[in-house]
Order: sequence, then structure tokens, then C-alpha cells
Amino acid sequence: MNEATPMSPRPSSASTANISRPGDTTPPGAPERPAPQAPGTPRTGAGSAGRPRQGLKARLMKPRTGGLLVLAVVVAVLPAFLQNAFHYDVAIQIGFNAIVAIGLNLLIGYCGQISLGHAGFLGVGAYFSAITVTNFGWPPLLSLVVAAVVVGLLAFVIARPILRLKGHYLAMATLGIGLIISIILNQEAQLTGGPDGMIVDPFTVFGFEFKKPWHWYSLVGGLLVIAAWLSLNIIDSPVGRALRAVHGSEVAAEVVGVDTTRYKVMIFVVSAVFASVVGSLGAHYIMFLSPQEASFFHSVELVIMVVLGGMASTFGAVVGAATLTALPQFLTFLEDYEHLIFGLILMLVMIFLPKGVVPSLAALFKRGGEK
Amino acid sequence: MLGEFIQYLFSGLTSGAIYALVGLGFALIYNASHVINFAQGEFVMLGGMGTVFLAAAGVPLPLAVVVAIIGTACVGFALEKLAVEQTKNASVVTLIIITIGASIVLRGAAQVLFDKQFHTLPAFSGDEPINVLGATITSQTLWVLGITALIVVVLQWFFNRTLLGKAILATSVNPLAAKLVGINVSFVLLLSFGMSAALGAIAGVLITPITSTNFEVGIMLGLKGFSAAILGGLGNPFGAVIGGLILGIVEAFGAGYISSEYKDAMAFIIILLALFFMPSGLFGKKGTERV
Repeated sequence: MNEATPMSPRPSSASTANISRPGDTTPPGAPERPAPQAPGTPRTGAGSAGRPRQGLKARLMKPRTGGLLVLAVVVAVLPAFLQNAFHYDVAIQIGFNAIVAIGLNLLIGYCGQISLGHAGFLGVGAYFSAITVTNFGWPPLLSLVVAAVVVGLLAFVIARPILRLKGHYLAMATLGIGLIISIILNQEAQLTGGPDGMIVDPFTVFGFEFKKPWHWYSLVGGLLVIAAWLSLNIIDSPVGRALRAVHGSEVAAEVVGVDTTRYKVMIFVVSAVFASVVGSLGAHYIMFLSPQEASFFHSVELVIMVVLGGMASTFGAVVGAATLTALPQFLTFLEDYEHLIFGLILMLVMIFLPKGVVPSLAALFKRGGEK
Repeated sequence: MLGEFIQYLFSGLTSGAIYALVGLGFALIYNASHVINFAQGEFVMLGGMGTVFLAAAGVPLPLAVVVAIIGTACVGFALEKLAVEQTKNASVVTLIIITIGASIVLRGAAQVLFDKQFHTLPAFSGDEPINVLGATITSQTLWVLGITALIVVVLQWFFNRTLLGKAILATSVNPLAAKLVGINVSFVLLLSFGMSAALGAIAGVLITPITSTNFEVGIMLGLKGFSAAILGGLGNPFGAVIGGLILGIVEAFGAGYISSEYKDAMAFIIILLALFFMPSGLFGKKGTERV
């Protein structure tokens, strides 16, 4: 194992060739430049060719245009196949998880920084919304935004000291923070309802109440596409190149002038805010909230979604979230054997597709196409 | 006052000794393979539950203990052979997920094979409490402390005085060089997983008469053991022991003097503080990174 890149999912040859210049901070979504790209640099999703001049077809093959289009079409067409409220419920849960996984993928897949505590941020967002709306009568949308700001600040404050840590020490620190949040939520029962959980008011925006499944589906589907769009833009911006440099070799990135700490902190905050927003919405959607949301196991589930789908792949995160959300629903018929089989599937996938489902399949597809 | 203090101290040392054994297991596997084995807590559960169910099936208790420990060691071998060894060049995150997968499998299997109830074992030498300076201590506490101390001494001897122990140390320093001087690295890996599993199982047997056990008991114990290993500095087995004892004592005094609700949180607050000031743990090597 390469010691310098403790979490590198792929050879570190990637992306030292296209590190941003210092101070080169074009905001995400800036006009696309024909990025000079090292041949063979792995890209996300559909396996773009990355030629300097791009025709319409090449453009459509890029995840940022083509992939996003596919995702939007899937989100738009899917309701035709959803026959009942249960199907809608699974689809909505997949959407929620996919948004968190997309944020977490930026941190794990692109920065190479693990977090075993993101459910903690999700929990803080959820409880902030639930308590302010249900107990103090705040408008839900305002609560959601304030919760996101609070979680963002919290993440910002703890990011600097903990992101100095490497590998397993970072895993431990994020794990500790997640567990502390979860213990507080369990113990402060007069505020949070403790382990029994609390009832949450419905989500209303300017008098409109989200209560039909398709209301929620549209909201979550829309947010999912926005989240994927944001993520792809961050990845394709100079920030994203800097991140890949950090992942490839943090020291090399620092040597060429990338402010590695700033980028890592930024992405940590972004991923925490994604989790917070989902936490807030999820609490209103289920209309019930328990500390399970912030538990260690939920944090682990989120990481599994990212790694199972494929690290450093936005659509991998979506696939991972869909798989991990839907799989237990299909396994319920196994009753007592459910956990056993679930764990086995997880182990087998990770042993035989260590890079995750989407990148492994993309590599297969690409190899087939080139012959 | 003194009695209270001694009471907390012994209760802290007892749970600390268990964390130390679990932490030792983490350190052994990490040293040999650079894998963090999140199924370590499940070994503790298997040791305890295995003994309970063998004893219930009519096996004499001492034999049940031995069989449970050997059985758990076999689970450790299987984990190494069937899962970890199959993943060449997998990233650290992937390996973490595989061991978490293993922990889910073991919990799921225990739930099916055993049951979901809480079980306990009789204390090794009766329930007669002992009075020490105004504190009441059960004899099981002394068993836990004594056996943990014995294990630490035996491991110290094993690593410093035997060829096999030195081979394990050599592999942890540099696997390739170890291979070149003729050490069977894959056997060392297998052995490390087996030893870790056995250590976990021993901890499980020791603690069951005090705290009782069920199929989920491994989750928190695993996390505490990981904390102990990190606090001591990863890759330093005796750091893990000190780390475990510190965690146990902090928890016991925190629960006794500050707040029993936040007993579990104390351990993690200590860990975070320690990491902020000592990013590689108390006795961890100051890692110079090769670029």
C-alpha cells in the first residue's frame, strides 16, 4: 500500500498534471475551458474521452452534461414505474441518501479524507429543524437554512484541527465527533425526546404543505439533480483539480502551491451542509425523528454508499445510495437472515469490485469500446 | 471518600483492561496488515456468546471457554483467508468497509445461531465480594486484571524472545524485506488475525460475568477498543494497553464524579483532545511521510 496516499483508490498518477495555479479560484460553473488533461486520467461516470476540442457527441459523453441529462431523465421518467406509495417512499429515501452520498463523495472520493461521523451533521440539521419548527413555530424553510448555516459553522470550526489528522486517526476523530453528537441527542431528552424520538411538524413553504408522495418526489428529485450539478461543477472547476491533486499526493500539491487545508476544509463544510439539508427535509418527510439518524451505523451506511457505488464518481454515489437503500427492502423476506445476507453481499462486492460498482463497470465498458 | 475513589478506580481498571485487550487485537492486525479490523468487537461477542451457548448445551465451563476461544480464532483465520487476503491493493476505505461487512455478517450469524437475549456466565470463583479500603470488589474484577496482565507479559515475551514473534514484528516494519529474509508473510497475517480474534474472545469471556452479553455487545466494545489503539498510537501494542486503561479510568471517574449519562462520551472527548494535541496518539511513531 502506498503510504503517502493512505486512501488512494487509484494510482496517484492522476491529476498532478492539471493542478490549478495558486489563486486560480474561478467559481464553480465558470465557462468550460478545454482542460489539458493527461491521457488516461480517470474521469467520473460515463468515461469521457477528454479531447481538447469537443464536438457535441464528446460533450454529451462528459458526465457534466451527458451524465446530468441522464440523471434528470431518470428522475423525470421514474414516476411512470412507481405503482404505489411504498415505491414512492423508497424512491424518495433513495433521493435523500443520494444527496448526502454526493456530498460525502466529494470528501472521500476527491479529497481522500474519510468521515465516519457525517450522520452526526445530518442529525444536527434534522434536530435543529425539528425542534425550532415543532416547538418554537419557525417557518420550516427558515429553519432548514439556519440549520444548514449552523452545521456549516460547526463543520468549519472542527474541520481545521481534525483534517490535520491522517488516515485512521482522521477516521477516529470523525467517528468520535459523530458519537458525541449521537450521545448528546440521546441524553438531552427534554429537548430531543431522547431515544424515544420526537414527532415533527409537516413541511410547509408559504402555506403550501408537502404531503402527497409526488410533492416530496418532485422536491427531492429536483434537489438531487441540483446536488449532482453542483458536485460536477465543483469537480470540473479549479477547486476540483486542486482536490484531485490533494488526493494524488498532498505534499506534491502543497509544493506546487495548492492551499490544501483550505480546500479540504471547504469540501468538509460543503458535505456537512448537504447532510444537514437532507436531515432537515427527512425529519419533516417522516414526521418523526429519533437519534438513530445520527448513529454510528448511519454514518457507516453513508460511507458504504459512496464506496459501494464508486469513489470519485458522482453518479457512483447515486448508484450506491440507490443500491443500499433498496437492497434491505428486497431482503426483508429473509427475516432473521437479512443482516447476514446483507453483510455478505457487501463484502463480496467490495472484494471483487474494490473500486466500486460504477467505475468498475465503466472501465469494463471502456475496454470493450476501444477494441 | 477513599472507598468511593477506590471503587471507581477498580471499575475503571476492569473496563479499561477489556478495552486494552480489544485494542491489542486492533494493534496486532494493524501491524501485520495495515488493516483496521472493525469486526474486532464481534470477536468479543463471539467469545462470550459462544461460551454461554456451549455451557448451556452441557459442555463443562472450562472446556466451553477453550472451545469458544479456539472457535473465534478460526473465525479470525477465515476473515483473513476469505476476505482480507483476496483484496490485493484495495484502498484503506474499501478494507474498512469489508471489515464492517464482516462485523454485520458475524452479528447476523450470531442472531440466527444464538439468539437476541442477554446472557451471563457465573463468575469464575464465586460471587463473594472482597473489601478493599472501604470499596467492594468482586473476585471477577481480579480475574480480569490478572489475566490481562498475564496476556501482556506473555505477548511481550512472545514478540521479544521467540522467532515467530520477531517474524511478526519484522513483517510489520517492512513486509517486503521480511519476505526477502524468508519470513512466510501470509502465515504471519493469518496468525495475527487468529491471535487478535482469540484475544477478543478472551476479553468476551472475562467480561460476560460482569456486564452480560448479547449479539450486539461488540459494537461499542469495538469502538472503545479502536479508541484505545488510536489513543496509544496505532501500531504500538503496549500503547493500546495504556490507552485502554486510560479510557476505562476516565470513563469510570467521569461517570462517578461528573455525569453518568455522558460516560460513553467522556472516552471520545478524551480521544479528540489527545488527537488535537498529539496527532499520532500518545506513543505513536512521529510518521515522516515518504513522498
